[in-house]
Amino acid sequence: MQYRSLEILVGFFVSIAIAALFFLALQVSNFSALKDHGSYAVKAHFDDVGGLKTKALVSMAGVPIGRVTEINFDAQNYDALVTMRIDSRYNTLPTDTSASILTSGLLGDKYIGLTAGGLDEFLKNGDTIDLTQSALVLERLISQFLFNSSDKSE
Amino acid sequence: MNIFQVLGQSTLKSLAKLGRGSLFFISILSGLGYVLKRPNLLMKQLYSVGVLTFWLICIAGLFVGMVLGLQGVYTLSTFGADSSLGIMVAASLVRELGPVVSALLFAGRAGSALTAEVGLMKATEQLSGMEMMAVDPLKYIIAPRFFAGFISLPLLAALFSAIGVIGGHLAGVELLNVDAGAYWSQMQSSIDFYDDIINGIIKSIIFAWLVSWIALFEGYDALPTSAGISRATTRTVVNSAFAILLFDFLLTALMFGAN
Repeated sequence: MQYRSLEILVGFFVSIAIAALFFLALQVSNFSALKDHGSYAVKAHFDDVGGLKTKALVSMAGVPIGRVTEINFDAQNYDALVTMRIDSRYNTLPTDTSASILTSGLLGDKYIGLTAGGLDEFLKNGDTIDLTQSALVLERLISQFLFNSSDKSE
Repeated sequence: MNIFQVLGQSTLKSLAKLGRGSLFFISILSGLGYVLKRPNLLMKQLYSVGVLTFWLICIAGLFVGMVLGLQGVYTLSTFGADSSLGIMVAASLVRELGPVVSALLFAGRAGSALTAEVGLMKATEQLSGMEMMAVDPLKYIIAPRFFAGFISLPLLAALFSAIGVIGGHLAGVELLNVDAGAYWSQMQSSIDFYDDIINGIIKSIIFAWLVSWIALFEGYDALPTSAGISRATTRTVVNSAFAILLFDFLLTALMFGAN
């Protein structure tokens, strides 16, 4: 009898702890968002990625549809080659879709925003997005602003 | 010359202890089959090591989470970023506080008890009595306790983190009116299952190995006197704490340092 209650208590302990693990996986982390519908890779050249990191979101109309998987330096064109994987549920993006690097909030993370084009052909695995807009680098913006204002004053 | 002798002596002593400890650990591992054949031995130890630490971990986790919630809101609201509270609470719990604090508590609650128990068994010659009856005390006494600790601590650490996240919710959302949707959705979007949760679990598995090993070895290696047992119990808590914090730094540098 005593051994039985011991076993019941240990059983409770183990099941509550495993429930805690499931809670961590499902409620606290992005585990449920990792459901794999399969994805396809799309590449894009940027002049300046300005702090974009791998795993950054790729979104269209504000809805996350993929993630950045790789950022490499392209030694031939001297620019950045960004590879992103887009959920294969969204396989009807036109080939003239444009990509720009945006910032969420003033100090937020960088992400890639896609804007749909108008062509009837769709992006496939391995395709390259041609229309890209680089990240806004604050220093460059400020220096432009300063030059402009000094030009006007003269 | 005397200084060198003292230094050399203490180096040799600690090396010898490390060697005894390693041999001890290998013989514990060889007791795994014995423990699997007699699960009732393991069950009793799971009760005294795991179940009896359960409430301590629950309460500690709740309060640590609540304190993180309060402090997080106070600090983050200066930047107008209190919607990121969920990330702060969950990341610090899952990556660091969950594994580390529960391992420290476990060393104090269960580790010291294991050392005292094994040390007293040695002092009252129960261990040598078993050897006389051709029962291997390493298999019958030590191995079930080791595996019970090894299983319990990762479970307790997961429990600690989960309850801490709920505690952060209680303090931040219920008490200080952070938006509940922001708390959970920000948390879910930035806590990564593999990078954060699995790494936290790996940490707690390593701490479980360290604490159980140190506690049992100190008990087994204790001087068989009352003073010896008391010193061994102290050493268990102190050495476990050192080992946990040192390994935590190394593991954090390995897991989160590279990028």
